[in-house]
Amino acid sequence: MARNILVVGELVGGQPTPTTLELVSGAAGLAAGGNVSVTLLGTGATAAAAACGGAGTAYASDDAGYDTFRAEQWLPAVEAALDQANPDLVLISQSTPGRELGPRLAHRRNTAVAMDCTSIVDEGGAFKATRPAFGGNAVATYGFATTPAMATVRAKSFEIAGGAGPSSTVALPGAGESRTNVTGHEQVVAEGLQITDASVVVSGGRGLGAAEGFEMVEALANAIGSDKAAVGASRAAVDLGWYPPSQQVGLTGKVVTPNVYFAIAISGASQHLAGCSGSKVIVAVNRDADANIFNVAKYGIVGDYKTIVPAIIEELKKG
Amino acid sequence: MHLVVCAKQIPDPETPPSAFRIDSATNKVVPAQGIAPVLSQFDGIAAEAALRIKEANAGSKVTVISLGADSAAAAIKQVLAMGADEGVLLNDPAFEDGDSYTTAKTLASAIKKLGDVDAVFCGRQAADWDMGQVGLLIAEELGWPVSIIAKSVGQDASGLTIQRVVDDGFENVAMPLPGVVTVSNEFGEPRYPKLPQIMAAAKKTVTQWKTDDLGLAASEVGAAGSRLKLEKLSTPPRGVAVEIMPGDTPAEQAAALVAKLRADHVI
Ligand SMILES: Cc1cc2nc3c(=O)[nH]c(=O)nc-3n(C[C@H](O)[C@H](O)[C@H](O)COP(=O)(O)OP(=O)(O)OC[C@H]3O[C@@H](n4cnc5c(N)ncnc54)[C@H](O)[C@@H]3O)c2cc1C
Repeated sequence: MARNILVVGELVGGQPTPTTLELVSGAAGLAAGGNVSVTLLGTGATAAAAACGGAGTAYASDDAGYDTFRAEQWLPAVEAALDQANPDLVLISQSTPGRELGPRLAHRRNTAVAMDCTSIVDEGGAFKATRPAFGGNAVATYGFATTPAMATVRAKSFEIAGGAGPSSTVALPGAGESRTNVTGHEQVVAEGLQITDASVVVSGGRGLGAAEGFEMVEALANAIGSDKAAVGASRAAVDLGWYPPSQQVGLTGKVVTPNVYFAIAISGASQHLAGCSGSKVIVAVNRDADANIFNVAKYGIVGDYKTIVPAIIEELKKG
Repeated sequence: MHLVVCAKQIPDPETPPSAFRIDSATNKVVPAQGIAPVLSQFDGIAAEAALRIKEANAGSKVTVISLGADSAAAAIKQVLAMGADEGVLLNDPAFEDGDSYTTAKTLASAIKKLGDVDAVFCGRQAADWDMGQVGLLIAEELGWPVSIIAKSVGQDASGLTIQRVVDDGFENVAMPLPGVVTVSNEFGEPRYPKLPQIMAAAKKTVTQWKTDDLGLAASEVGAAGSRLKLEKLSTPPRGVAVEIMPGDTPAEQAAALVAKLRADHVI
């Protein structure tokens, strides 16, 4: 059955985010000949639409008033796109904008949204959304009693397939009013390679014992290569103030899917694993042989990170 | 000011995966033996945020509302012990097995019934289902502004000043009142009630409201009113068997590890 699917896109630096492109590709796979459309809001939106391979229609506004995300400005624009695209399914990124847009948009359209989904399938004409629950201890699959079905979707849940961009672009209205006002923004994400893009993520946990422990974690990332490896942290380490929240891996942090994930002095709580279990290889360094991290790691070293990590760095230097 | 805290009782999220069980016939979590349910951690932090606003504004009061069964009174008592003034339990079999929408609709009806509320504080998400919707949906139900995932909540003449956690750092938001704010763990630890406060809270009566008290129909709440239908709940497949690196010294173990990673072509 042909299904119409609308993707609520996001821009960074005038380009669609990787998750936007993943969702458009995912939508193209689910549409079965129906229309795939994408909304883009902010400076460069109309030009950025061309990058959305797999979408037939773009709904765009280049109004710079949308550059800073305020849900109350985005919602009327996205609703205007919904009115025209008449989708059976709406896909939204599980991101700062998406976390807020999903529930509010669903409420305004008298329907429901499933949050933080990892898979969406069409089961004989009905969309089903699957997501982790109970901190990753469970997997829940939902159906929808109302239409359109809506889901916010985790990064890397769909592969980018590319293809031709939209053949038509429909202009959306410019930004209106918002009751909440953004009065400041502090960027604290580490410069350079992001943990969500890195092919190797080296994360430290509470077992490091002190903020200084991260120096050793960073040294390991550097030994692997600053173009390949980025540094993450468990929530316990972030809560202790040892590392910034932007680097937190897990359910309430970032989801990472590197080739190698190093968990250094991290116990492997389900909420942490929710953010790294999609890694190709997990390496655990922990002095407790019974730590849960060893239930998901491919390779493990049981021992004190203070002696193990320098040894790994030495070994890498041998080339 | 009249501040409302929405608080949920949940199975302890620190339950080890080995003790976590699902009844696949009912799609429900089987309570783990000997592990008591807890106040969802983010809700305790939301209560802390509300109490600090209360303390900065003489004559203010905090009402804590929970939707849940009889046992959820314990979550209310915990927030009362922290310093909240009144507790309301929304307790009706008709409320059971709802979704985020029916939960928010029911809570919003209770907030409307209280009448004079200036601000609602919720946790960023309930630490069981992790949906992160209820605060936003309460705001939509009430037609109020909302700001989510707060790290700090202050005040100025025009409303609340919120610093919230966003993907690339922090953002400062000014929000007029009445409004809704959801609070994250970056806010910091909630206060720990002392014994006399716990005893005083134990003596307080918790108001109980049912569907009728809220002017709602049974068809609008709980499973009957829900829009998102849970069809399957299962435990994820458990991972691979770990290979512990051989060697008597860190150097030998490190050499074994690096050789494995190179053979896998992942570094
Ligand atoms: C709703 C909710 C959401 C959450 N979201 C997240 C999230 O997004 N991300 C997250 O990480 N957590 C999250 N948590 C918290 C999670 O449950 C754990 O508490 C947390 O992940 C523990 O962090 P940790 O592994 O660093 O610390 P711990 O559990 O304390 O583990 C420390 C480990 O270090 C080891 N160790 C100690 N010293 C050494 C040494 N010298 N050498 C080697 N090993 C050593 C110990 O054996 C232990 O295994 C969440 C919790 C809840 C309830």
